Amino acid sequence: MLTWLARLGRAGLSFFERLGRGHLFLMQVLAGVPGLLLRPRLVIQQIYSVGVLSLVIIVVSGLFVGMVLGLQGYNTLADFGAAESLGVMVALSLVRELGPVVTALLFGGRAGSALTAEIGLMKATEQLSGMEMMAVDPLRRVIAPRFVAGVIAMPLLAAIFSAVGVIGGYFVGVGLLGVDDGAFWSQMQARVDWNKDVINGVIKSLAFGLVATWIAVYEGYDATPTAEGVSRATTRTVVHTALAVLGLDFVLTALMFGE
Amino acid sequence: MSQGRENQPLIEIRGLRFKRGARVIFDGVDIDIPRGKVTAIMGPSGTGKTTLLRMIGGQLRPQAGRVTVDGQDVQALRRGELYALRKRMGMLFQSGALLTDLTVYDNVAFPLREHTKLPESMIRDLVLMKLQAVGLRGARDLMPSELSGGMARRVALARAIALDPMMIMYDEPFTGLDPISKGAVVELIRKINVALEVTSIIVSHDVRETTAISDYIYVLSDGKVMGHGPPRTLLESDAPWVRQFMQGLPDGPVPFHYPASDYAADLLAGPG
Ligand SMILES: Nc1ncnc2c1ncn2[C@@H]1O[C@H](COP(=O)(O)OP(=O)(O)OP(=O)(O)O)[C@@H](O)[C@H]1O
Ligand SMILES: [Mg+2]
Repeated sequence: MLTWLARLGRAGLSFFERLGRGHLFLMQVLAGVPGLLLRPRLVIQQIYSVGVLSLVIIVVSGLFVGMVLGLQGYNTLADFGAAESLGVMVALSLVRELGPVVTALLFGGRAGSALTAEIGLMKATEQLSGMEMMAVDPLRRVIAPRFVAGVIAMPLLAAIFSAVGVIGGYFVGVGLLGVDDGAFWSQMQARVDWNKDVINGVIKSLAFGLVATWIAVYEGYDATPTAEGVSRATTRTVVHTALAVLGLDFVLTALMFGE
Repeated sequence: MSQGRENQPLIEIRGLRFKRGARVIFDGVDIDIPRGKVTAIMGPSGTGKTTLLRMIGGQLRPQAGRVTVDGQDVQALRRGELYALRKRMGMLFQSGALLTDLTVYDNVAFPLREHTKLPESMIRDLVLMKLQAVGLRGARDLMPSELSGGMARRVALARAIALDPMMIMYDEPFTGLDPISKGAVVELIRKINVALEVTSIIVSHDVRETTAISDYIYVLSDGKVMGHGPPRTLLESDAPWVRQFMQGLPDGPVPFHYPASDYAADLLAGPG
């Protein structure tokens, strides 16, 4: 019993220690961000590797999620004779919820894990240490550009996901199930609110991008510099990103759409 | 550089103490590294040679003692000052530590691009000069993964001298090289020491190569300086420890085993 308590206490302490170090790390990274304005190329390169390379998985998943929404939504809505509202339903689900959340989960699995592995390996092969000895701060040169790139790329990917998803829903709803073409779009236009829906969705995806990228670069930077350490860190990135995104999504949704 | 410092050692280490957990790595180490010479730090694996270089570079802090580089107390420097000092230090890592996503050319250009505002044409000239010096001008477009260990180390050397530092620290420059590459690296270190008038610090346990190029040698073990002097003096030393190390005798004052409990008792104890 006592050892169990002690173990719980130790786990708690180490959790809070990591959390504290993670925040200090974030502060140091943020301090390096203004300097990037002078060297936008560093960020652009990273947006390419973080964002563009995630594009395929985002587009394909968005398409399927939209198609599933079309099918499921049609079945439910048709019962109430409201099949024309399919466009609204698909768009709202995507913009408010599924776009940001699913994109963030995929982002964690595709880009986040790659970031962690890359940074962890750079640490394990003494590249970060070597940079320090060349008087180049790896937090500014390596971590900050990747962090900024992740935060920029996530909302864009989420927007692409939602857009493709709507098209997927359109294929199924209008193309296969015979929902009226005009109604699909006009209802969507009328009912999707810019501030309430779109902006909130963008805020969500920004917040998820920040958290997902932060977890990814921190896990990489903090990884034990061995093959095993890097592989563990990569796994942790995916798991922690998923948990953090889903938890944060509940909080944000409650704040945004709660009343 | 002020006149008064000319004759002082470039690096002075005094009363250095450092522990990792319960393990004492340095227990009162004093070392002087003179300017413009090749000084070697030798000692068996795991004595803390790499750790010592990291302290000189300000990456690790000792628990007690002082490391002074060119008159500056490394531990007392603020971040900006430390980074300014590091620009004047070159370090060759045991593993080379090349940036794996850049070509050989871009690796050598890296410190120049980070720290100078030179036009690309000038950077090109400098990079090609440094690569020529290590004999790898023809390998400029290769990626680090396409290099052999010896080549990678030479590229890392070209990178370390890119900013014309006042000193270069070599961490195990000879290990894992074939005899010809070893000879080439020995030659290079000598050549660079003379041509660039830098202070060289070599960390190594290769007795033959190290005695061949160094002017002065410190031998470390068990957290202490076991002996120091010019190579010849050390090779002829009668101190049993130094003799064992320099002549590579398997057993002597230095035990072959990492400290452990009694062997028989350990075997009898069984698991758990
Ligand atoms: N990150 C670390 N955490 C804990 N202990 C470490 C760490 N790095 C090194 N050590 C310990 O410090 C001691 C000195 O290590 P160091 O790398 O300086 O040895 P070395 O003399 O360079 O050895 P080698 O000749 O094998 O390179 C070793 O016993 C090692 O176990
Ligand atoms: Mg070492």
